[in-house]
Amino acid sequence: MSALLEVEDLRVSFPTRTGVIEAVRGVSFTLGRERLGIVGESGSGKSQTGRAVMGLTAEHGQISAKKLQFSGIDLINIRKAERRALRGNRIAMILQDPKYSLNPVMTIGRQIVETLKTHERIGRAAARKRALDMLAAVQIRDPERVFDLYPHEVSGGMGQRAMIAMMLVAGPELLIADEPTSALDVTVQLEVLGILNRLVADRGMGLIFISHDLRLVSSFCDRVLVMYAGRIVEELAAGQLAQAKHPYTQGLLNCMPRIDNDRHPLPVLDRRPEWAL
Amino acid sequence: MTVPALEIERLSVTFEDFVALKEVSLTVAPGESFGLVGESGSGKSTLLRAVAGLSPVSGGTIQVNGKTLDGRRSKEFYRQVQMVFQDPYGSLHPRQTVDRLLLEPLAIHGFADTERRIVRALEEVGLGSGFRFRYSHQLSGGQRQRVAIARALILEPSILLLDEPTSALDASVQAEVLNLLEEVRAARNLTFIMVSHDLAVVTHMCDRLMVMQHGREVELLASADLVSRNVSQDYTRNLLVASEGFQRSA
Repeated sequence: MSALLEVEDLRVSFPTRTGVIEAVRGVSFTLGRERLGIVGESGSGKSQTGRAVMGLTAEHGQISAKKLQFSGIDLINIRKAERRALRGNRIAMILQDPKYSLNPVMTIGRQIVETLKTHERIGRAAARKRALDMLAAVQIRDPERVFDLYPHEVSGGMGQRAMIAMMLVAGPELLIADEPTSALDVTVQLEVLGILNRLVADRGMGLIFISHDLRLVSSFCDRVLVMYAGRIVEELAAGQLAQAKHPYTQGLLNCMPRIDNDRHPLPVLDRRPEWAL
Repeated sequence: MTVPALEIERLSVTFEDFVALKEVSLTVAPGESFGLVGESGSGKSTLLRAVAGLSPVSGGTIQVNGKTLDGRRSKEFYRQVQMVFQDPYGSLHPRQTVDRLLLEPLAIHGFADTERRIVRALEEVGLGSGFRFRYSHQLSGGQRQRVAIARALILEPSILLLDEPTSALDASVQAEVLNLLEEVRAARNLTFIMVSHDLAVVTHMCDRLMVMQHGREVELLASADLVSRNVSQDYTRNLLVASEGFQRSA
């Protein structure tokens, strides 16, 4: 099986007045048509890794890598026009909060149609049909009605399903989901994950699932990368969370309060400087 | 019988036509830690804000330490009852130093020996005096939340209203802040009323809790009931299942 995405020694850094901040420091992984989770806390570089693949690193950020290839295409030296043709078409990204990542002055239907028209020659009626089918696929009960609604007229869970619809309508091969359910209520979270799970499986996409929630990620993905201070500190098969070896991973697992495990005080992470080396 | 720290009877809050809270009653004993759990729109934060005088009450009564609250809260009320908000990025003044942030409540309430109190408050929340003259943008989320807790504690209140105090924080930082809250509660015999969407956090922190949905009480439980799964309402059961994470086969 050929790899969908190959990342070798990826580095992302941002020059600031007080010196260069290295957000990602030598990350390597390969992704097939599987679900890969990237877990870490704020500032671990997990989102910047996803953004570098998507080509959404801020203008002044510097990216380097020995290899950053998406199905054979070099993403480092790619021309901007080629990048635009990939983005939203073959690689798509779901962001955290539908309140901020949907266009507030465009109806949901128009935003989905816009994605289609950017990447395909398609007529109005056909585009509308595809958008409605996609809305139905993310289990929106009344697609015709939702098509004409603005983002502020729908709930968070509905907005997030609309975003998934928008990202999947062009049939991407690689989907990057950056905290796709963190802004949602727990019960809605499960619904949305269920939908994502089915669509990723049915369409045979590769998925990078970025989250701060180790348990959630390991219940959803096949494989998990744990990041700390811009590096991967551990790679785990999702079922083997209990066998985590790195003290950071163990610490992350232990510090969560659990309903049937009463510990006072909660164990806290003792951050070692050598983890960041 | 001792006077309850907080007694709410048939409390309702409406925003124009929207009923955010409908006839909710609860009693919290002094020194107790009480949790309010529910999803967005369940009315849990509205209830907390109604106690603090931040939501328009349209019916029912609120008593704090035996005194009925009506209309504008007195200065004495705010000395007794302090609140910690969810977003540590939004709840600290961006152009005031930590020192100034902590001085303000002391000045309002006419406390003497401000110097000693500020130093002690910072120590109590585990921030050294090195943080005293920093601005909030120079602090991490966890450090900011510690400042917000210090600001609430500096008036020596008896009741702390906590509105999702850790949901904007990383898991490891959440553990530190929860431990800190437990420490200060034990040290000062504080009464906590804590709102959270996270069942595990509330079970960990509280003795009793109320599950809410659509502005109403779903059920009143002891934390031990959640541990033994002794719940009677389907909604609570759904929340319990959801808190266990995603199941592939589901």
